Amino acid sequence: MASIRELHKQLVRKERSAVEITTETLERIQKLEPQLHSFLHITADLAMEQAKAVDQKIAAGEEIGLLAGIPMAVKDNMCMQGIPTTCASRILENFVPPYESTVTERLRESGAVILGKTNLDEFAMGSSTENSGFGRTCNPWDLSRVSGGSSGGSAVAVASEEAPLALGSDTGGSIRQPASLCGVVGMKPTYGLVSRFGLVAYASSLDQIGPFARSVEDAAILLGAIAGYDPRDATSLKVEIPDYAKLLRPNFHPKARLRIGVIKETFGSGLDAQVEEKVKTAIEVLQQLGAEIQVISCPRFGYGLPAYYIIAPSEASANLARYDAVRYGLRDEKAENLVEMYKKTRAEGFGTEVKRRIMLGTYALSAGYYDAYYLKAQKVRTLIKQDFDSAFEKVDVLVCPTSPTTAFKAGEKTDDPLQMYLSDLMTIPVNLAGLPAVSVPCGFDQDGLPIGLQLIGKVLREDLLLQVAHAYEQSTEWHFQKPTLKQK
Amino acid sequence: MIDREQVHKVAHLARLDLTADEEAAFTKQLSSILEYFEQLSELDTENVPPTTRAIELSNVARPDQLQPTVSHDELLKEAPAQEDDFFRVPQILND
Repeated sequence: MASIRELHKQLVRKERSAVEITTETLERIQKLEPQLHSFLHITADLAMEQAKAVDQKIAAGEEIGLLAGIPMAVKDNMCMQGIPTTCASRILENFVPPYESTVTERLRESGAVILGKTNLDEFAMGSSTENSGFGRTCNPWDLSRVSGGSSGGSAVAVASEEAPLALGSDTGGSIRQPASLCGVVGMKPTYGLVSRFGLVAYASSLDQIGPFARSVEDAAILLGAIAGYDPRDATSLKVEIPDYAKLLRPNFHPKARLRIGVIKETFGSGLDAQVEEKVKTAIEVLQQLGAEIQVISCPRFGYGLPAYYIIAPSEASANLARYDAVRYGLRDEKAENLVEMYKKTRAEGFGTEVKRRIMLGTYALSAGYYDAYYLKAQKVRTLIKQDFDSAFEKVDVLVCPTSPTTAFKAGEKTDDPLQMYLSDLMTIPVNLAGLPAVSVPCGFDQDGLPIGLQLIGKVLREDLLLQVAHAYEQSTEWHFQKPTLKQK
Repeated sequence: MIDREQVHKVAHLARLDLTADEEAAFTKQLSSILEYFEQLSELDTENVPPTTRAIELSNVARPDQLQPTVSHDELLKEAPAQEDDFFRVPQILND
């Protein structure tokens, strides 16, 4: 599939209309969905309406932006007015938001064509999209394997060319890990760079929205469109947004003397040998491009996982208290009093992993345990941040694997939650520190499954991070590889 | 680490009706997860301040001006049960 700039050129030169591009994309989705299940809801009418509006602008000789007429998919935890938003949960199965999230509002204003809402682990809790209340999403490189998660639907939609772009959300790796497992680019921006107004909250001190794309340049274009201050999100940062895509160059700036740090602790036990080999080769490529490579120690990196699985479920237990069967969502009609109604509705509407995290968070915050768990985890969070701070005194960008393994078999980890949690080991510390990070394809294992390289930047240095990722990508061929899918 | 009775109590606090099977499974799983958390005690955090969020924020003030919001009707429409201008719920107080 063409890049965003190529599609834009085709539109402007009237070689293809937005309606043609959208129709072809919707047809491809129809053909592939029975095997992939990336989407929970397809907004074909809205897409065609948006495409027609762009074509009218082009016909009238009006100038159009880069995203005008470009089809894209949105993770189903971002509200769109009048369109079902389920978070892949039975509790929100029939919920139609009366308001629009800031990110989708910005996309609609940019003329982007919204194809539909993508599958996820229920309420973004999971690493495989197997926790969806509406069935799992399959990895296009091997349908028997997981897509990663929680933004598995968005990752698969982009990897299988059902959409050139998609939005995901990342609380502990939910964009980067599925991007890695599906062989696409996925980025989590700095905490607060992209407004979360209208994003259904999971863990508010960690959640961030970001792009999926088949190239770093496409991801940079989408990021530029959604980033920026929003008074409706109290955590939104008031900062200038550079033109990320324009700043990209094929090489490192010769005067930049770029310093890249390899996080030592990520190469320990649990790391798949083939992943290790490909990531090390990628680091050599970065060195050949002119970067100075240093091995950096972040001694508390590994403590990120236990700290996260206290902090995130604690925040989730509070955030998900809103599903009370009173104002919206599912209600158990048989309950005879209010408390029974809460309990039965939530028992019926939430899946196992969501219940598990609500239980874990409620326990960690309950009287007598707060200091031992939640407060301790927040203190450890400080230590993890300090490790990153001192690392970034020595280097400009950090690298490590995105995921310790390639895509695992569906069902392999569903009975052992702790094993599932471990697949976020490399991505979680980044969320705890609020840093931007991107996963780019860096090779395949012997089974033909994609491997991802994670690049981590300083706060608000998305510009540099994307430049490094782009230079790496442009000197490799990985992003041209496509899964073979039989259209039925 | 956590026993069946505690799981039952926490489920009540979280307003979750768990089945007997779920209670048994969660007792086992939560215990092993809590055991995994034990490694955090290896770190000395005596004089470490907690981090509540990654990026420091300050309070945002703005003039209190009327802005259009979602209408009453649109919000009520999403409720499982409504009566006149209200959300309708089952009995709250005992007789």
